[in-house]
Amino acid sequence: MILEVKDLTVQFPTRRAVLTAVDSISFSIAPGEVLGVVGESGAGKSITGLAIIGLLEPPGRIAAGEVRLEGQRIDHLRHEEMRRIRGRKIGVIFQDPLTSLNPLYTIGQQLEETILTHLPLNKAQARERALSLLREVGIPAPEARYGAYPHHFSGGMRQRVVIALALAAEPRLLIADEPTTALDVSIQAQIIALIKRLAGERGAAVMLITHDMGVIAETAQRVAVMYAGRVVEIGPVRDVIHSPQHPYTVGLMGSIPRLGSQAKRLVQIDGAMPRLNAIPPGCAFNPRCPRRFERCVAERPHLLSAGTSRAACWLHASS
Amino acid sequence: MHLLKLESVSRDFDVSRPWLNRVIEREPRRILRAVDRVSFEVSKGETLALVGESGCGKSTVARLIAGLYAPSEGRIEFLGRRLQMIFQDPYASLNPRWRVRKIIAEPMMFLDGGKPIGELLVQVGLSPDDAERYPHEFSGGQRQRISIARALAGEPELLICDEPTSALDVSVQAQILNLMADLQERLGLTYLFISHNLAVVSLVADRVGVMYLGRIVELAPAAQLFAKPRHPYTRMLLDALPDLGMTGKSRTPVAGEVPNPLAPPAGCPFHPRCPHANDRCRVETPKFLNGVACHAVDEGRI
Repeated sequence: MILEVKDLTVQFPTRRAVLTAVDSISFSIAPGEVLGVVGESGAGKSITGLAIIGLLEPPGRIAAGEVRLEGQRIDHLRHEEMRRIRGRKIGVIFQDPLTSLNPLYTIGQQLEETILTHLPLNKAQARERALSLLREVGIPAPEARYGAYPHHFSGGMRQRVVIALALAAEPRLLIADEPTTALDVSIQAQIIALIKRLAGERGAAVMLITHDMGVIAETAQRVAVMYAGRVVEIGPVRDVIHSPQHPYTVGLMGSIPRLGSQAKRLVQIDGAMPRLNAIPPGCAFNPRCPRRFERCVAERPHLLSAGTSRAACWLHASS
Repeated sequence: MHLLKLESVSRDFDVSRPWLNRVIEREPRRILRAVDRVSFEVSKGETLALVGESGCGKSTVARLIAGLYAPSEGRIEFLGRRLQMIFQDPYASLNPRWRVRKIIAEPMMFLDGGKPIGELLVQVGLSPDDAERYPHEFSGGQRQRISIARALAGEPELLICDEPTSALDVSVQAQILNLMADLQERLGLTYLFISHNLAVVSLVADRVGVMYLGRIVELAPAAQLFAKPRHPYTRMLLDALPDLGMTGKSRTPVAGEVPNPLAPPAGCPFHPRCPHANDRCRVETPKFLNGVACHAVDEGRI
């Protein structure tokens, strides 16, 4: 396993209360595997990603649990140590490529700097490597664009540059947080194909965070569904899509419009995800759940075996 | 009988640098044609959707119809009395300093009377008590319900919906799309639905217009467009959609990107990305014939 997350809990202490944004979640990612993390806004998927790379904004902090990268614990490292690991061992791609690029430096300078920081190469070798990375992510005529600034590029091309930056030091883990959300569908398909190919060829583990189930269906082997800071279902993508086991996943899958579907209405989950300061006791989904019974209100379910997946739902408790 | 008709409507934007720069640096004026000779009709009670990637001019069409821009050329005919618009961002489109009551009542100043606010709120699935609250007390989905209630308060025949669910999560999107379908059925509304999401469009639209670089390249009934897309761009868009059914079909990425609209390619604007382009496509702009603007389709090559 490249990444192992165990009972990770992230809290934000505020004046009134301690808010738990990520509540005791566990998962792991193998080499060459793409794990999709899906959920609606506020479900805690981005916070999970930030906690893993040690970029939680204070007052947010890891309150419990551990994160291991290739067996080594990285959740309690100091800033300096974590900085060395980020970039060298963990590559990160965010939704908006402009947040990852410095507008005052050419993309060539930015790539070279990253390469020189993390790899034992001289300047000429770094330039060579930067050019080959740009070629690999599909930027035509990289020599000609080497001295260009980020604002010279279109959105899709910028995201390619960010991917090249994330891959510069051959990281073992790639965390991609909504990498295609800001892009048009035609460009989206190109970026997804790229991420998929890179995971396969380099044997890196990829954590793909997105709200778009279609992107996950195409890219990931396994998917974790998050709701109110918890993983409610985790399993092979095909099984989670075709036979979801948690009532929330069932509703979520039904609410996605699909081409070629004859239905004129979508399946609807009434209500909304609870706010962090008002998570109900027991199962967090129980007030919206059509299949709720007494135990759901009283006791919080942990992940239980449900077919090939695992679901945090008392319906799957063996009696 | 049509409710709305556009005849060869164009809209230019002057994006030139300031006069002094142009004189000193000898630059010409730069004109961006955001909408280029767009024609269509919308009948009463139907939903016409316009789809396309960012920058294709679909939102400009919506704003032209709403009268927020004047057309540079062409004619827009609206046979109804009132139209309303629903915007993409429910955080930006509601005044944060106003109570919901005042927000919803605003369009009513053009009516004699109007419906009670409470009734309008109930119609969109909110409670009458919500009238006394402020927008920040609501979630994104609830705010979009308020936008819809505000639009309905003006008793419009036509609702222009510019990406009404793009900022929402899928489960909330499902609630809003179902609500919009119910309201259309109950009130006989006509929708012009602008979206980049083909799956959403396939759910709501009766007819679909596909836009590329300011032009409509294909216009057809939804069932036909999704079953038998004719224009190569429409085909590419459909191929590029993520496949949730995972039928094993690998997605064909669309090659290239949308060209700079300040310097659109000569001939057919899609030809640099089109696998069927020939010499004619590179020089001659295709006319919109029988629902599609494509030389290859016209010549029977595809």
